[in-house]
Amino acid sequence: MSASLVANVVISGLLTGLVYGLMALGLSVIFGVVRVVNFAHGEMMTVAMYAAVLLFGAFKLDPILAALPVAAVFFVIGYALQAGLINPFITRPEHSQFILLVAVATIITNVMLMVFGPDAHSVQTDYQLDSWAIGQIIVDKSRVYAALCALGTTAGLFAFFRFSRTGTAIRACADNHLGALIVGLDVKHLYALTFGLGAACVAVAGCMMTLLVEVAPSVGPSYTLLGFVIVIVGGLGSMPGALLGGVLIGVSEAMAGLFIDPSAKSMFSFALLIVVLLFRPQGLLGRRT
Amino acid sequence: MTQSKRISRRQFNTAIAGLGAASALAPFGIARAASKLKVGVLLPRSSYEALIGQSCQLGADLAPAVLKSMLGVDIEIMNADTESNVNTARTRAERLIHEGAHVLVGAFDSGQTAAIAQVAEQRGVPLVVNIAAAPQITEQGYKYVFRNFPTAIDLVRNGLSLIGDLFQATGVEARTAVFMHVNDTFGQAMTGGIMKTLPHLKQLKFKIVDTIAYDPAAKDLSVEVSRAKAANADFLLLVCRLNDSIVLRRDMVKQRWHPMGVVDPGSPGIYEEQFAKSLGKYANYVVDNPPWYNPKGALTGMVEEAFRKRNPGEKFVYHGLNAGYTFEAIMIAADAFRRAGSTDPKALADAIRATDIDKRVMLGGPIKFNAKGQVEGNLSACVQILDGVPKVVLPEYAAEAKPVFPWPEYKKA
Amino acid sequence: MRARLLLAALGAGLIALPQFSGNYVLSLATLALYFAFTGQAWNVMMGFAGQLSLGHSLFVGLGAYAAAALFVKFGIGPWAGLWLAMAICVAAGAAIGLLAFRFGISGVYFALLTIAFAEFTRIGFDHIGWLGGPGGLFLKVGQRTSWDLADLRGTPAMFYYVMLALTAGAFALCAWLLKSRAGYYWQAIREDEDAARALGINTFRWKLLAVAISAAMTSLAGVFFAFYYNNLFPEQIFHISQSIEIILGPIVGGVGTLFGPILGAVLLTTLADSLTNLVAAMGLDIPGVKQVFYGVILLLVIMFLPNGIWPPIAKRLGLGRKD
Repeated sequence: MSASLVANVVISGLLTGLVYGLMALGLSVIFGVVRVVNFAHGEMMTVAMYAAVLLFGAFKLDPILAALPVAAVFFVIGYALQAGLINPFITRPEHSQFILLVAVATIITNVMLMVFGPDAHSVQTDYQLDSWAIGQIIVDKSRVYAALCALGTTAGLFAFFRFSRTGTAIRACADNHLGALIVGLDVKHLYALTFGLGAACVAVAGCMMTLLVEVAPSVGPSYTLLGFVIVIVGGLGSMPGALLGGVLIGVSEAMAGLFIDPSAKSMFSFALLIVVLLFRPQGLLGRRT
Repeated sequence: MTQSKRISRRQFNTAIAGLGAASALAPFGIARAASKLKVGVLLPRSSYEALIGQSCQLGADLAPAVLKSMLGVDIEIMNADTESNVNTARTRAERLIHEGAHVLVGAFDSGQTAAIAQVAEQRGVPLVVNIAAAPQITEQGYKYVFRNFPTAIDLVRNGLSLIGDLFQATGVEARTAVFMHVNDTFGQAMTGGIMKTLPHLKQLKFKIVDTIAYDPAAKDLSVEVSRAKAANADFLLLVCRLNDSIVLRRDMVKQRWHPMGVVDPGSPGIYEEQFAKSLGKYANYVVDNPPWYNPKGALTGMVEEAFRKRNPGEKFVYHGLNAGYTFEAIMIAADAFRRAGSTDPKALADAIRATDIDKRVMLGGPIKFNAKGQVEGNLSACVQILDGVPKVVLPEYAAEAKPVFPWPEYKKA
Repeated sequence: MRARLLLAALGAGLIALPQFSGNYVLSLATLALYFAFTGQAWNVMMGFAGQLSLGHSLFVGLGAYAAAALFVKFGIGPWAGLWLAMAICVAAGAAIGLLAFRFGISGVYFALLTIAFAEFTRIGFDHIGWLGGPGGLFLKVGQRTSWDLADLRGTPAMFYYVMLALTAGAFALCAWLLKSRAGYYWQAIREDEDAARALGINTFRWKLLAVAISAAMTSLAGVFFAFYYNNLFPEQIFHISQSIEIILGPIVGGVGTLFGPILGAVLLTTLADSLTNLVAAMGLDIPGVKQVFYGVILLLVIMFLPNGIWPPIAKRLGLGRKD
């Protein structure tokens, strides 16, 4: 087990983790503010992936560039979904929310099966299989681009929530729902806005993912699970937390894969989730409510 | 939410339930006139296994016309979707029998096939398994279950010996291999088979220096590939599925790992269309040894022609395995029907048991069932991706091209 | 009184069902009862004690593998095997409950915890070669013409009656539990746990009891599964889709009610099958259509009948609030 092997694996885990973090970002935002358990998260990302693949197929549009229009569309869809369908469920018990989103997920998955068929699809950009060699370390280009995008999106979102008026208002809703109402904030609109933002994040993540994996109708559920693991570990409602959680999961899975059995590396993530849930349920960077 | 007039939930559900109950309690189709054979085809056409299920379906769809011209028998196909789910598989099987299916064909997935087999045996309706590798299916002492597909044990043995043939044909001395396998049913069977049979296969002189099992649902295999590359073996022995085979090969390129080649003893994935489409030139020279159709088989031309007519957008080579075995399963039923002259299930089962068909689509000896209802002579082919298309390179009598090993990008480290 | 009469009529109908229906309807009915039973078991934890479990497939799987392993490896029949199954599941449930309640985990976090345990176990069992690993554990299928209750080998009607007995037993147990002290404490905990604790109820112990009972009941479903299907794969039996299927019935039927889980399971099983037949009859041979319809109907039910289908029906039947 040479040092360069370990280094390669750590770097790879880090980059992958950042992409996972981007994927979980949307979930963290939605869960942290609106408190809705979005079990259709993975399916939403799958739709975004299909969108990126379609755009690439039709216009040869690079997924990184496609992220912008797809995110815009998803923002609108997310807003409408929250305002129209999900809003009455915020006060309903969790199991009702869960079934609502499971139903939505089922519909999405099977509509995609009907429209696109069961085949896997992907994009083929020129640089997709390129890598940089720095001495003994080999770094994957696509992963770097996706990771940079993750960092950029997180930074942007963080800035929005920290420095803008709307962002502050949303944070107020998250902290104190009743207080926000009293102060006169249009909570319904802000929730819908948040869901829209979360959906836009998912869209960006989906576009990035197409650089790395194939899309098929059935890939959604595993991403949903992964998203929740990362969000819990990183901390609810914390954007840097989502990235940190992603990185943690990415690197620990990589290490587990290297030193123990790769096929069991997911067990490690779930074990981590259990430990975090028990000992620090607010996650690493979340705040205790 | 405004409460406007609409059918109440209860009325709707009652109506639907009534529909289901009424159709279920309708008198069982008594007409067993020996004019038309009803074949119930059970396949996973939605959910996780949809891709392969729908591929198999193509073989079922073209069967009636081909078998009519070939054997002069009338066949009606009754389709059912197992939804990649064992509960659904069982109830759909019951439903097909209830609706008058004389024979069942299916179901690709071993768990679902086992559930259907129990129903078939219970009801005395023959089941001809098109694809399913778990050995247990034909080890239950069933009298109504027949399988025209190699068991996992056969697959392993055939696949491994073909590797030996490959080395012999290309004159290569590969001494070490790193073995990567997906941790699923097939991967596990392969691992067990390899561990058991490799020491005994004298013509296979290579040693496995590292074994890396990976999760079929893994999105990222860079760690596994790093580990495999570090083993510095001559070639990669790989057991995989479609999605992970693509991710893996991509990571091999990204990490600049150029072994002598990638050889798969027989799992799905590599010969599927998406593999070549996604990887472009990097798909070339990868080798797989699946049970395959015989490009020069007696029936292959006819079936391929029918396939092309029905599915102008698809290439037969990507569906030959799934559609071919499904077609053969229905052909077995049709042939038995012709010999039995009746649709009585017991007569059909006896006729199937006496099957002896040597004009085939698939590679192997004649279709003959042993005492357990298993066909013993099915063979695999060494298939290599050349110019973006899977081509048979071994055995020589069925070959379409010559094998290339080691592949061109191999650099002696 | 009225409730008892209706119940008796229903019971008589269910007992007589195999006489006038074919194997197909019987297989559907068995499936419906299976989900009615597991839904009822889940309901003890959720509907009674208010703890959302999204990982109930864990108990089905553990129960199934325990009984199957004893049968396949040691030739021990299911009637002895089920005790081991229950013991293992109670231990697992207690462990999860202990950890969760000790650390004050509830709501969505608890649900995620249950998912994590189920997934962890699923991958774990994929690596237990002795139990077949991903290749699955197969039980040798026996004769199917006569009833062999000792080894649970027999006709579809036998399995139907076994499942019917289990479901009836679960119903009776739940009815008794609701009226018992446990039932009252659970209701208090469900409504307002802090207030309950303030009243001196040992919420920790009673929640743990709910989890243990739920786990034990679900393990029996696992035992049945093993002997009915005769093959077990970790990917199938521990999968999250199994957990979801289990909870659909009670949520659609009515969480916390006695009859809700049964009604929900029967309706959903019938609906799923009828949709398949309907779609086929309409000539739509497109995979996925039926699931879209199913999802839409589920959506509509959860949107417009948030408390489930049973409560409005119960009211119409004049069965009062409690049942």
